[in-house]
Amino acid sequence: MTNPVQTLSKSLTVNDNPFMKPVEWLSLLLLAGVILVVLPLALDAFRLNLVGKYLTYAFVALGLVICWGYAGILSLGQGVFFGLGGYCMAMYLKLEASSVENTKIQSTPGIPDFMDWNQITALPWFWTPFKSLPLTLLLVIAVPVAFAFIISVAMFKRRVGGTYFAIITQAIAAILTILIVGQQGFTGGINGITDLRTLNGWDIRTDHAKFILYFVNGGLLIGCILLAQYVKKSKLGRILVAMRDKEDRVRFSGYSVAGFKVFAFCLAAAFAAIGGAMFTLQVGFMSPSFVGIVPSIEMVIYAAVGGRLSLFGAVWGTLLVNFAKTSFSESFPDLWLFGLGALFIAVVLAFPNGLAGIWREHIEPRLTRRAKSLRPPEPIAVPRGVPHGAPAE
Amino acid sequence: MFGDYSIGDLSSIFVMQGFAGLILFSVYVLMALGLAIIFGQMGVINMAHGEFMILGAYVTYLCSSFFQSHLPSLFPIYFFVAMGLAFLASGAMGMLVEWGLIRHLYKRPLDTLLATWGLSLILQQAYRSIFGPREVGVELPSWMMGSVQVTDTIEVQINGLFVMGVTIVITLGVAALIFYSRFGQQIRAVMSNRTMAGAVGIDTERVDRLTFGLGCGIAGIAGSAFTMIGSTGPTSGQLYIVDTFLIVVFGGAASLLGTIASAFSISQTQSTLEFFLSGSMAKVLTLLAVVAILMLRPQGLFTLKVRR
Repeated sequence: MTNPVQTLSKSLTVNDNPFMKPVEWLSLLLLAGVILVVLPLALDAFRLNLVGKYLTYAFVALGLVICWGYAGILSLGQGVFFGLGGYCMAMYLKLEASSVENTKIQSTPGIPDFMDWNQITALPWFWTPFKSLPLTLLLVIAVPVAFAFIISVAMFKRRVGGTYFAIITQAIAAILTILIVGQQGFTGGINGITDLRTLNGWDIRTDHAKFILYFVNGGLLIGCILLAQYVKKSKLGRILVAMRDKEDRVRFSGYSVAGFKVFAFCLAAAFAAIGGAMFTLQVGFMSPSFVGIVPSIEMVIYAAVGGRLSLFGAVWGTLLVNFAKTSFSESFPDLWLFGLGALFIAVVLAFPNGLAGIWREHIEPRLTRRAKSLRPPEPIAVPRGVPHGAPAE
Repeated sequence: MFGDYSIGDLSSIFVMQGFAGLILFSVYVLMALGLAIIFGQMGVINMAHGEFMILGAYVTYLCSSFFQSHLPSLFPIYFFVAMGLAFLASGAMGMLVEWGLIRHLYKRPLDTLLATWGLSLILQQAYRSIFGPREVGVELPSWMMGSVQVTDTIEVQINGLFVMGVTIVITLGVAALIFYSRFGQQIRAVMSNRTMAGAVGIDTERVDRLTFGLGCGIAGIAGSAFTMIGSTGPTSGQLYIVDTFLIVVFGGAASLLGTIASAFSISQTQSTLEFFLSGSMAKVLTLLAVVAILMLRPQGLFTLKVRR
C-alpha cells in the first residue's frame, strides 16, 4: 500500500495534472459519440427512450463514483435523492396536468386526481411552490441537496461513517418509501404520480418530445461528467482520496474532514436529483418503487460494475447492467435475480474496480505493448504519470 | 385521540398492544441477536441475514408437512425438532458462506455488504424457484392454538406466549454461551483484540467461522419461531432486515443487553403507536425517532469499550 499523503504531495508538486489526459478525452469522445450519435441513429423511438431511462440512473452512478469511490462514503439511499428530484418534477407536471378544465368532473377541480380520490379538498402547502416552473427547477436540486446536507452534517460531524452510514441511509430510504406509500392523498401512494402530460405547455408524451428530451438528458450527463472530472482533478478531489485512505492524517493536517464528506455526499445527491427529474420527464411518471432499498442498492451495483473509480465506467456499467436486466428479464425472468446476485458477488470478490479496472489492468497494458512492438521506440515517451484515478491500495 | 376510550379500555388496549409488541420484540430479538454477534465480532454486515431466517422458516414448513403425513402421532412436538433442524441448516449454510465469501472480505466491510446483498438475491430467487412465489404457512399443533383469557377485556394468544418462551430460552442460552463457556471466552477475546487473541493461540479464523455459523443458526431459529405467528414467503426476510439493522445499531453494536433494550423499545413504540395511527405511520414515526436519536448519539444506547 503506497502512502497516500506521499502520493498526494508528489502529484501536487509535479505538475502532471492536466484537466483531462488524452486517454480521458478519448473516452469522453467515445461515450459522447455513442450516446449522442450512434444510439439515436441505431435505435427506434421506444428503445431510445429506454436507453434514456437507463442514462438517468447513470447520473446516480456518477454521484456514487465521487461519493463512494473517491470519498469512501457508501450510501445505500441514493434512491431517496433520485426519488426526491423525480417527485419535485412530477409534482410540477401533475399540477399542470390538473388544470381546472382538465379536472372539472372532480368534486374539487384544479387539484391532482389522486387527492380528489382521497377526499382532500385543497392543495397541501408543500405542493404550492410547484406551480411555477423556475421554482420547480430550483427545488429539483435544492430539496434533495438540503436533505442530503442535513443527513450528512448530522452524521459526519459526529464522525459516523462506514457501515453505520450505509445502514442509516438505507433506513432513510425505507422510511421515505413507507411514508410515500402511506400518505396516499398527498403523494399518490404506491402508484406514484402518473398521467403527466405537458411541460409548460409542451407535450412530453410525443415521440418527438422524447427524442429531444433524450438529447437534453445526454447533454446534462456529459456536463455532469465534466463537473465530476473537475472535482476529481482539483485539490479537493485529492483530499477526498486521502481522506478515504487515512482519515486521521487528513484531520490532523488541519482539514475539516466532515466538511469535505458533506460536500461529496451533497454533490452525489445533486447528480441523483437531476437523474430523477430527467427520469420523470422521459418516462412520464414517478413512483415509490424508485425510492426504496432495492433500487438504491441496485444503483450501487451500476457504479461497482463500471468501476467505482471511473466516471466513464459508471455510465458504461449502468448501460450494461440495465441492458442485461432488460434482455434477461424478457427471456428468462427467473434467471435474472440469480444473475444480478452473482454479479454483486463477482464484482466484489473478483473485480473490485469493475470494467474500468479490467480495462486498466489487462487490456490497456496489452494494447500499449502491442503498439510499442509495432512502432520503433520513440525517444520521448509520453509521461505516464499517476495512473488514472489510482487507488492507494 | 384518547377521548373515546374509558380508563379501563385504555389500560386494556395498552396491555394488548403491549403483548403484541412483545411478540414483535421476540422476533426482533431473535433476529438481532445473531446479527449483533456477527456485526460485533467481525464488523461484518450480513445483508442476507433475513434469508437465513427464511431458510429456518422453510425448514419448519417442510418439517410440519413431513410430520403431518408420516408421523402424525409425534405432530404435537414437531416444532422442537424443526427448531433444531432450522438451527443446523442455517448454521451450516452460514459457515459455508463464511468460508466461501465472507472471509475474503474482512478488510472491506462495505464490500461485504454488497456481496451479502447479492447472496440474498440469489437465495430469494432460489426459494421462489423451490417453494413457489406464494407465502406458505405451517399447521400449528392443537395445543398451540387458542388464547388465554386473562380478564374480560384482555386475552393473550398461546402461540405468542410460546414464541416469547423460545426467545427467553435462546437469549439465556446465548448469554451463557458467550459469558460462561470457553468458546464464549474466545469469542470475547477476538472481539476485543483480534491480534492479541491470535497471539495467545486462539484460532481466530475458526472462531470467526463458528461465530458466523452461530449467528446464522440463531436466525434460523428466529425464522422457525416466525412461522408460528405469520406466513413465510421468499421475500419475507427483506421486510425485517432494515428494522433489525437499526435495532443492532441503536442498541450499540456488540452489546447484547443493548440489543435487547433497543429491540424492546422499538417494538413497544411501534405496536403502541399502531393502535392509534395507521400501521405505516407508526412505522415511519418509530424509525424516524430511532434515526434521529442515532444522529444525536451515534454510538447507540450501550457501548462496549473496545481497543481497535
